[in-house]
Amino acid sequence: MATFKDFRNNIKPNWCPGCGDFSVQAAIQKACAANGLEPDELAVITGIGCSGRLSGYIKSYGFHATHGRSLPVAQGVKMANDDLTVIASGGDGDGFAIGMGHTVHALKRNIDITYIVMDNQVYGLTKGQTSPSSDKGFVTKTSPDGSKETPIQPIKTAMASGATFVAQSVSSDIKQLTAIIQQAMDHKGFSFINVFSPCVTYNKVNTYDWFKENLIPVEDIEDYDHTDAQSAMQNIMAHEGMLKGIIYHDEEAKSYQEHIDGYLDQPLVKKEMTIENDTFNELMAEFR
Amino acid sequence: MNEQLSWKVGGQQGEGIESTGEIFSTTLNRMGYHLYSYRHFSSRIKGGHTNNNVRISTKEVRAVSDNTNILVAFDQQTIDVNSHELVAGGIILADSKFKPEKDEDLDVQLISIPFTATAKELGSQLMKNMVAIGASARLMNLELQPFKDMIYTMFIKKGQEIVDSNHEALLQGYQLMDDEMDTITGDFEMLPSDSDPRLFLIGNDAISFGALNAGVRFMAAYPITPASEIMEYMINHLPKVGGTVIQTEDEIAAVTMAIGSNYAGARSFTSSAGPGLSLMMESIGLSGMTETPLVIVDTMRGGPSTGLPTKQEQSDLMQMIYGTHGDIPKIVLAPSDVEDAFYTTIEAFNLAEYYQVPVIMLSDLQMSLGKQSSAPFDMSRVEINRGKTITEDIEGQDDEYFERYSDEEDGISPRPIPGIKGGIHHVTGVEHSPAGTPNEGPENRQIQMDKRMRKLKDFTMEEPFKARGGVESELLILSFLSVNGVANEAAERIDADITTINLKQIHPFPIDALRPYLDGAKEILVIEQNYSAQLQSVLKMNYHGHDRIRSHVKYDGTPFKPNEIEAHINSILKIKEVM
Repeated sequence: MATFKDFRNNIKPNWCPGCGDFSVQAAIQKACAANGLEPDELAVITGIGCSGRLSGYIKSYGFHATHGRSLPVAQGVKMANDDLTVIASGGDGDGFAIGMGHTVHALKRNIDITYIVMDNQVYGLTKGQTSPSSDKGFVTKTSPDGSKETPIQPIKTAMASGATFVAQSVSSDIKQLTAIIQQAMDHKGFSFINVFSPCVTYNKVNTYDWFKENLIPVEDIEDYDHTDAQSAMQNIMAHEGMLKGIIYHDEEAKSYQEHIDGYLDQPLVKKEMTIENDTFNELMAEFR
Repeated sequence: MNEQLSWKVGGQQGEGIESTGEIFSTTLNRMGYHLYSYRHFSSRIKGGHTNNNVRISTKEVRAVSDNTNILVAFDQQTIDVNSHELVAGGIILADSKFKPEKDEDLDVQLISIPFTATAKELGSQLMKNMVAIGASARLMNLELQPFKDMIYTMFIKKGQEIVDSNHEALLQGYQLMDDEMDTITGDFEMLPSDSDPRLFLIGNDAISFGALNAGVRFMAAYPITPASEIMEYMINHLPKVGGTVIQTEDEIAAVTMAIGSNYAGARSFTSSAGPGLSLMMESIGLSGMTETPLVIVDTMRGGPSTGLPTKQEQSDLMQMIYGTHGDIPKIVLAPSDVEDAFYTTIEAFNLAEYYQVPVIMLSDLQMSLGKQSSAPFDMSRVEINRGKTITEDIEGQDDEYFERYSDEEDGISPRPIPGIKGGIHHVTGVEHSPAGTPNEGPENRQIQMDKRMRKLKDFTMEEPFKARGGVESELLILSFLSVNGVANEAAERIDADITTINLKQIHPFPIDALRPYLDGAKEILVIEQNYSAQLQSVLKMNYHGHDRIRSHVKYDGTPFKPNEIEAHINSILKIKEVM
């Protein structure tokens, strides 16, 4: 059986020292090993940005796609081979700006993959511009007078889009993050995890300490029930999205694939590519 | 008696005009006639003039007709818009309901028949189209039995009563026309057909059935005219072979999802038209850079922007060849006709996987939506070639990254699909090392770029074009897609040494195979449906004899008619005589 070390390769990430993404990488590796996966059973699909480099830093099949497109590529991979465990990943710019359309539709479509966003509320790779989840008033090169827009609250958007699994954590809590990723991978359907992953270079506001102070563990909220969508949404709104833990989990929902007759019998990649003679003739007869 | 006739039915969109044409032409195909149809329609669901034109022949036809012999009109607008197309002595069969009138200056006959009133008497005015079909059958002296059989198969699900009333409507239409036969002049009778079994289908169906046979088991697409029929066919038929389709949120999702599933080893594709292809451009580069097989069908319509969404044009050519930033190897194909669309689609999937490149399968609105006769498809010609795709575990590779982008002599590296043991590798749109990890070093860059571009350096498909006529010619005509049929027919009408080339391989341009024909021609004419003569430009980029290359374009949204091209050829040949 593979250990988390088997999910490591010898490539040194190009992230800044202290970047939150290191812990997300480690949590994914630990969760995969803990769930009994082998590296060749995993495909990690990423977008563009600092976090997008993740696919190259985990020993598994990896596809580093274009900006904002990790989700459609990942859904295509899963549809082709349902035997694979598929993780899509990227940053807040990738998932909530250029790729937001795909995020909303992946949430509502509910294909059985796990989407991990490393949310640092700033554009890092392009050297410090405002992001869709930057706080109002956040000063960057492209918002010198402070951001004028309302930040996206990822878990609120996820709930509004019909999500069946929503979680949020911070990269410094690697233990909780690992446990969440494990549950997300076990979930039959689309699982969404927003991870606050501080940018130590370009975001001096939303720091590790800031998150420690401002995030509220759902365990600390009296009677929090993560199977109740209404209560989840109310708490998200009451605390402006600053929750931590499994926010919502619909254990009864069917995945997209479960709605397709016969799809789960055999992955598409293993299906016969040639058509039987009788089928050919029968289908051609429709053109007469 | 006639070898061929052109029949047209028109009325308001949403009134059953399409199904009238459909029932009439499908029956004629089953009787063994060759057909070519053209639909005029608009981007709206109800209302607006629509018509369906069917050319009926005892020989192969691959073009719309020069003019119309029989016009069936369900409203006055149909007469006003279309009667000028009628041949001298042509006939209008009009519904007496709207008190039809014709332009007195036109030499055409107007017969008023109570289509709607007769149908109403039989229980439903919906059957007015059956009355019209019955009348048309009598006029052309066609047997009624095949129409009755057709009605039976179409309506038996709704019950015998519906079948009976439609039979009665057909019969009454036939009778009403019979009563008028003494009053008309001219011959509208068809010669008997050869009764050979043929398919009657739109190009989109041929492409879809080709994809199914090529081993496609997944499709991701977004609806758009004139491509939607492809995704609709796949939605209805892929489950029969264990596959499935996702309707995505946009074309970018469609193409990247198809890239994802192709990467994972299931043959997949998407289809769209110009606006969708514009959105897909960046992802086509991703396919080229990551060497992930990808097939995209582009059914061209009038551009730019929303342009003429329901009209014929061939103006995406340059974008399909040159679109996407950076240099990638890419193949662009154009099936020569609807029958060829089936085989070329299968070839497109084989080429995409063999060379690990994006392949764009072009069509145009007239080829995609014009229903036409075709010889049955030959299953023994279906072959699947997956090239260097590896679908089984690889021994002894456990701890190393697999060299997915190893520098091979033919430029094509082995491609293990995710999930197999020993095949782990990384894929990225960033320039990468043989193992697929990002590597922007100058030496590596040059090796990888050369490797990718080498794959198609000498690429020529088995049949890059179809030539009719000799290598030496007075005039060489080049065309692609639905213009082929019109160009071929026009050339046949003229008594001169004309060779026509129906180009199938658009990119890489098959200049070596074409050169003997180009060198052997006194004049070269490129006929196409776009403003800027895009195909002619491509030819000029590849061939030096510019002083002999002429162009004839049309961009008004309607397909070429054979007599338009015939006139143009004659003008060229005449000019030459004078000189």
